[in-house]
Amino acid sequence: MEPILDIKDLTKTFRNRGKSDLTVVDHVSFQLYPGEILGVVGESGSGKSTIAKLITRLIDATEGSIFMNGRDITHAKGAQLKDIYQQLQMVFQNPVGSFDPRRTLGDGIGESLRNHGVPKEKCRERVIRLLEQCGLSEEFAGRYPHEVSGGQCQRAAIARALAIEPKILICDEATSALDVTVQKQIVELLLSLQKANGLSYLFICHNLALVQMLCSRVLVLYDGKIVESGTPDEVILSPKSEYTKCLVDAVL
Amino acid sequence: MDELLKYDHVEISFAGRPVVHDVSVSLEPGEILGLVGESGSGKSTLIKAAMGLLGGNGLVTRGDIWFRGQNIPDLSDQELRKIRGAQIGMIFQDAGASLCPIRTIGGQIYESMSAHMEISKEEAKKRSLDLFHKLHFKNAERIWDSYPFELSGGMNQRAGIAIAMLMNPAVLMADEPTSALDVAVQKQVVLEMRQLRDMFGTAIIIVTHDIGVVSAMADRVLVLKDGNAMEYGDAGQVLKNPQNAYTKKLLSAVPRLRRN
Repeated sequence: MEPILDIKDLTKTFRNRGKSDLTVVDHVSFQLYPGEILGVVGESGSGKSTIAKLITRLIDATEGSIFMNGRDITHAKGAQLKDIYQQLQMVFQNPVGSFDPRRTLGDGIGESLRNHGVPKEKCRERVIRLLEQCGLSEEFAGRYPHEVSGGQCQRAAIARALAIEPKILICDEATSALDVTVQKQIVELLLSLQKANGLSYLFICHNLALVQMLCSRVLVLYDGKIVESGTPDEVILSPKSEYTKCLVDAVL
Repeated sequence: MDELLKYDHVEISFAGRPVVHDVSVSLEPGEILGLVGESGSGKSTLIKAAMGLLGGNGLVTRGDIWFRGQNIPDLSDQELRKIRGAQIGMIFQDAGASLCPIRTIGGQIYESMSAHMEISKEEAKKRSLDLFHKLHFKNAERIWDSYPFELSGGMNQRAGIAIAMLMNPAVLMADEPTSALDVAVQKQVVLEMRQLRDMFGTAIIIVTHDIGVVSAMADRVLVLKDGNAMEYGDAGQVLKNPQNAYTKKLLSAVPRLRRN
């Protein structure tokens, strides 16, 4: 099977004047296949979020390349990016912060549709259907981010990511800020979407138990490098690298 | 054994609207009590009430909170100041943010200690370094001289715990002390807090939404939902064999790691 996302030797070095260079992602290579949920675990500072930002092209790679459906998107910009975001969307860790505080949730969810020329009436209908799909009622379209709870806002963020019907969803700690009961609902939502729409996920998460439950494959990141990869059971039940062992042992 | 801290049918309201209803719970010396529940369930409100930190809108509207023979809601600000920090210590979720960013850890420790007692800077430093060593901090001297931004999140949190413990309080309130930390650091902080209890006999109330942390630390657990006590009892029993429907639902939502 052809990978939907192919990452080759991806590297990000931050250069600070007067300080030594900091390589936070160091020659990372991996593939994401259609319909797969790929977990990325590691401690804070290991480069998880930077990888998400590199792939979504929110920051530029120092070295290496990113292929989506065989097409090199490493240096895509402008209209090309708009094209890419039709297939690739992201859900951020802090849902409330990822919405414009002065616009309603419905506005935010429909933005990508309007950008792609969907007429206003149709856009409204779609937004309501998306909200429903994510377990929120119609009235949420008219609410502002500060008027809803974290869990509701994260569901709206997923609805926003799904609006343009992407093939790949990058979830950066999408459930970490949520209560376990809400987390469970979101996880069930993600799984049902995977089945219904054949979505692929890059699921960045520090919770090993969640990764074990959800992912088909997992990468362990340490200090910007992939130290181990495999199915969750391989990695968690018989970890090979020292770091993975520490990580598994530390789970309470 | 005598109770150290006792919530007796406590109702707490914000702007006239009750958010915690009729909660009774007590804490013995050296006991670790876990408060668990979802956000908005009133966990933090309960511990803030015991420190008189509910703010302008918040009020204990019914019941009493007894601490060493005194009813906390009846105390004046002046009397509360003597208790806060010295007798009831507090650890926050984000210790880095609760420390002053433009002053060194040492400077802040000296300030908080001298608020409660006559002490020279040398003596404050000596006591702090002693405690740092007991908690196995590497480079204790460097931490004393560091600014919060020069330390990692985990190190800041550990420093926050050390600062709260310097006055040797009888009760330590910990509001999500490990939630912002990586698992490896989280485990270290959990072990450290248990060690404090063993070394100094400090009673601890830990507020957390992390069931793993509670099961690793707490002697007893109080489960809260929408300000109501759902279940209260021995931690092992509540977590292994919950009786209440909500506790069951909460526990079943926690993803657990399978190991072999």
